[in-house]
Amino acid sequence: MRRVRTWLPGLLLVAPSIVLIGVFVYGMLGWNFRLAMTDKHDEVSEGKFVGLENFLGIWDLPRWHISVNHAIMFTVVFVLGALVLGWFLAFLMEKGIRGEGSFRAIYLFPMAISFVATGIVWRWLMNSGMGERAVGFNRLFDAIGLPQWQWFRDPDWGMAAMALPAIWQMSGYVMALFLAGFRGVPEELREAARVDGCNEWGVYRHVVLPLLRPVTLSALIILGHISLKVFDLIVAVSGKQIITDVPAVFMWVAVFDSHDPAKGATIASYIVLSVAIFVIPYLIWSVRKERRS
Amino acid sequence: MTAVAARRGRVFTGVRLGMLLALVIVFLLPIYVLLVTSFKPLTEADPSQAWNLPQTWTLEAWRVAWEKLAPGLWNSVLLAVPGSVLSCVLGSMNGYVLSKWRFPGADVLFTLFLFGMFIPYQGVMIPLVQLLVGLNELTGLQGVFYGGIPGLVLAHVVYGIPICTLIFRNYYVTIPDELIEASRVDGAGMLRTYWSVVLPVSGPAVAVVIIWQFTSLWNDFLFAVFLTGPQSWPTTVMLNNIAGAQATPYSQQMAAAILASIPTMIIYVVLGRFFMRGLMAGALKG
Repeated sequence: MRRVRTWLPGLLLVAPSIVLIGVFVYGMLGWNFRLAMTDKHDEVSEGKFVGLENFLGIWDLPRWHISVNHAIMFTVVFVLGALVLGWFLAFLMEKGIRGEGSFRAIYLFPMAISFVATGIVWRWLMNSGMGERAVGFNRLFDAIGLPQWQWFRDPDWGMAAMALPAIWQMSGYVMALFLAGFRGVPEELREAARVDGCNEWGVYRHVVLPLLRPVTLSALIILGHISLKVFDLIVAVSGKQIITDVPAVFMWVAVFDSHDPAKGATIASYIVLSVAIFVIPYLIWSVRKERRS
Repeated sequence: MTAVAARRGRVFTGVRLGMLLALVIVFLLPIYVLLVTSFKPLTEADPSQAWNLPQTWTLEAWRVAWEKLAPGLWNSVLLAVPGSVLSCVLGSMNGYVLSKWRFPGADVLFTLFLFGMFIPYQGVMIPLVQLLVGLNELTGLQGVFYGGIPGLVLAHVVYGIPICTLIFRNYYVTIPDELIEASRVDGAGMLRTYWSVVLPVSGPAVAVVIIWQFTSLWNDFLFAVFLTGPQSWPTTVMLNNIAGAQATPYSQQMAAAILASIPTMIIYVVLGRFFMRGLMAGALKG
């Protein structure tokens, strides 16, 4: 009884948040899945339970295949690009360099800007106009003799171009993560490896790199979950065009233009599943790890 | 260390510095474009002058952009200020309990909270819209919950609970348990201890949460596009509409994009240190 009296007030203080998270996160996720399993394909109908029909039927839509392929290409280019560039920036700075504070501030500031504002500049930079009408990169490339390109309007590699503004915006963050990781490697460990006859590359390969693994994982998770739900950036750069369609934009169109709640909910469910599949194990793993230490 | 090694070290430092500077130019390229284009008069809109500095500098585009964007900026203030303060209050209470006044199952609960940080909001959007529409009808307040700022604030505060709880929890963990214990021995209850021991030292965490929430509320587009109407459109939606209109010249688009980014840029410049810490918290690191 005494024990209960010590923890009950705490539970009461958190209770409002528990209710809110319960309703708005888990309740609504469930509600959304439930809606995805009905045939409510317009605003007014009741919606009968149809099981997984929508989840299977959506694979018959060409647009769905397009948007999934786009999301995959975007994710691969964005995650790898931001990871490599962020790591490289941290690598250049890890041993300390004059003006480090300013460098860090410059690489990181794009994070403070909204994807919509970013999208506006990059739409200009990646304008597909060529020759006389070229602005942005195409004008610049032309001036220095590089070939012009369709950028995000390229039918095959457009989504790779679309990842460029996202890399610009997020690699500073990855840099900050890696920099903290580098600095967390005790100097004694490096010194010990040097005494054992490792050259600088060996120290890096056998001492630093393994210790950076947790940071790399965090960065992967963060970049991955941003990427799979990407929406603002695509809308700001190219609107609702099929040529840059991704599931999140397709869902928006399904809800607002096609007025098909069940289809929208189905797409939303797939987006949630694609993120949950790697975030849930990661969360369980990191909470367990923290408890152990 | 031999002279050769020392020289090699200096060369390496030079190469690093060179690469960092080259990347600075790449990173600042979009900013150059934003600034330069925003000061150009319409007569210099020709693509051939795309990368040139303006021949005549003018504030005309800024004036028009300001006129178009001002209602959105004001809506964003009404959204982001109360939103971040409320998030802060909830996050602080949760973080305190989950670190210092734990109950059975607190770890499981915390994990369940954390998942809320990673869910793609698309997964709750349709039910959320339905609920807010329902609240409008229930209360008879048209355009308040759905289509209004209060509904948007509600959404942001609720979905901000996980990250704010995480930041405060990780910060409060560093307060020595003895301080809490001493207060308890003195006969202070949970709230009293919170008020007199924990809250007075919460400054840094409060700063981190306010900055983090203010920035995400200010920059949010997804919730805004689903939940608000023309009267309550915040900056991002208005900005997208301005830029999406074919007739809007580049100079106005760029000026509007800068205007929309000024508040978060100021925060970043003035309070960059705390901004960094918020980012680190997002990586689940204390």
